[in-house]
Amino acid sequence: MTNAVNTDSPTEIRPRTLAEKVWDKHLVAKGENGTPDLIYIDLHLVHEVTSPQAFDGLRLAGRPVRRPDLTIATEDHNTPTLAIDRPIADLTSRTQIETLRKNCAEFGIRLHSLGDIEQGIVHVVGPQLGLTQPGITVVCGDSHTSTHGAFGAMALGIGTSEVEHVMATQTLPLKPFKTMAITVNGALRPGVTAKDIILAVIAKIGTGGGQGYVLEYRGSAIRALSMEGRMTICNMSIEAGARAGMVAPDATTYAYLEGRAHAPQGADWDAAVEYWDTLATDEGATFDAEVILDADTLEPFVTWGTNPGQGVSLSDTVPNPADIDDANERSAAERALEYMDLAAGTAMKDIRVDTVFLGSCTNSRVEDLRAAADIIKGKAIADGVRMLVVPGSARVRIEAEAEGLDKIFLAFGAEWRFAGCSMCLGMNPDQLAPGERCASTSNRNFEGRQGKGGRTHLVSPLVAAATAIRGTLSSPWDLVQDGTIPASAVPADLTTAKL
Amino acid sequence: MQKFTTVTGVAVPMRRSNVDTDQIIPAVFLKRVTKTGFEDALFYGWRQDPEFILNQSAYQNPRVLVVGADFGTGSSREHAVWALRDFGFDVVLSPRFGDIFRGNSGKQGLLAGQISEADAETLWRVLEADPGIELTVDLVACTASVGDLTVSFEVDEYTRWRLLEGLDDIGLTLRDEARIAEFESHREPWRPRTLPARQVNL
Repeated sequence: MTNAVNTDSPTEIRPRTLAEKVWDKHLVAKGENGTPDLIYIDLHLVHEVTSPQAFDGLRLAGRPVRRPDLTIATEDHNTPTLAIDRPIADLTSRTQIETLRKNCAEFGIRLHSLGDIEQGIVHVVGPQLGLTQPGITVVCGDSHTSTHGAFGAMALGIGTSEVEHVMATQTLPLKPFKTMAITVNGALRPGVTAKDIILAVIAKIGTGGGQGYVLEYRGSAIRALSMEGRMTICNMSIEAGARAGMVAPDATTYAYLEGRAHAPQGADWDAAVEYWDTLATDEGATFDAEVILDADTLEPFVTWGTNPGQGVSLSDTVPNPADIDDANERSAAERALEYMDLAAGTAMKDIRVDTVFLGSCTNSRVEDLRAAADIIKGKAIADGVRMLVVPGSARVRIEAEAEGLDKIFLAFGAEWRFAGCSMCLGMNPDQLAPGERCASTSNRNFEGRQGKGGRTHLVSPLVAAATAIRGTLSSPWDLVQDGTIPASAVPADLTTAKL
Repeated sequence: MQKFTTVTGVAVPMRRSNVDTDQIIPAVFLKRVTKTGFEDALFYGWRQDPEFILNQSAYQNPRVLVVGADFGTGSSREHAVWALRDFGFDVVLSPRFGDIFRGNSGKQGLLAGQISEADAETLWRVLEADPGIELTVDLVACTASVGDLTVSFEVDEYTRWRLLEGLDDIGLTLRDEARIAEFESHREPWRPRTLPARQVNL
């Protein structure tokens, strides 16, 4: 059995990492003899796809949701991004959404439905409401829950059995994770973004490199990022196989949070900040592993294959599988090139796309949309290319419209859609046709992810915008070179985009 | 959950690594609100190819999957485990699993046993030499045996115990309910609450 512990023991003097501090703070009972620790969960985010079977389980066992006040739901994976005022055409999608509505009503869960200003991708909604805060534990039945780690939270993607477990107990039995420091030194050059950092990290450590680890992103290039950029990076921690990704909170975090609907207020705010200030990894704390990256030399990064680790710099060429030593990696690369219909040695910039998708929990916040709009403003979309712009939430959409971004995208020739996961995983009608090639700001280039037979290249919002103009994978610097935009128009980072 | 001790059945040698959960079950099948009936969705894209290993006559009614490293990476969808279970699989042996997939497996009575890369290769050769041969997985001894060959696999001790005993996680945790209540009694008041709903205007 397990023993209760004093989580605030003043005798604790061992230097600890950010992840260890959050873990220790949430320890309900310490595991013994190989049993896991029992960890308290501060915030449970729910959506329509991974919850129906969990609610059913509760009903069968006659159990309530223990803490509806720590639980919130929204509709995102299945929702249409056109004609949202009409009944959902796909009957199974409609049933799944209606099931969520019934379940939330029955169990007393707050739900932001289609049409509500706070509806949207669950990982955009939590931060925008100010519910995602430093030092909390967050779970959701979605692997991209790692996004919330940008605030210094421990944020874990979980399966449906665990969703039911958290609903019933507000805890999870978990074995402690190993810790890995991802230190990104230096400063990003103009036109290079958080997305390029994380794609380069995954290419470096591989899709299994983070397995069993919580990653902590550190270093000057991380500190310089906005909250949106940090969310982009933490979001893709799972693509390196990691359980979570975290960034220590700082003034940037507090500035983002202050004044949001569910952020602490008044004396509570002061008390919270006092605690948040203690979270950063202690001097002398040790990580189980460390990876170091140099931001100064980083270029825009894109994928060529069918997993997020199969990426190169945009100025590079499609690699030759024959050059890969590991037999499994080699055969995976061969299969990927066949699926992607690419020949080794092809310049990445010669790859022509049919579709550009700007959206997903990785890159659909207003900053992402603003940066892309800044590049395409006054230009025309390349012949034969379609571009979907899907804001991360209804609120993001309204904010973008208040700035006139919708008009810029529409004048360019892009489609301006309603909020949701959309073409990131193609559960709704937004899908690639077989053989269609897409430059996508999302997080997964798996076979068939965006539609059966569809081919995905993962890119940053800036590369997405430049690609939409030129029709081939491009960076803003390619637009400078061919005289389409002045060098001064290439943003130093996404926060500097000005319209 | 049923108790798991040994399983004997047809083993499928699948020489693929990096099999993400989108390949195990594409997203279009995640719209259902039930927990069963996913057998048709398993490896849906690959099963359109008549040559795909699960379409071959020698490998009908399989119970053990022997697959390359990084099986079950990507999406958290537990549907991947349900689809494997619905198809009849009780065991997946791989040199490395996606963390969330491995966790989901243990909750649904699917044994995810970790084997070495070398043992995966050896098992593939033996299974390919005699397609459809039966393999026995013993969770007490943590071994997989086929013919004269026996390899060992790893599974974390807690998951193994729960599988052997057929225990339900929620029931186990609720035995600690008093500790959960005690923990809740000293949570700081400023920690976020979703209720009552607060909203700020633009």
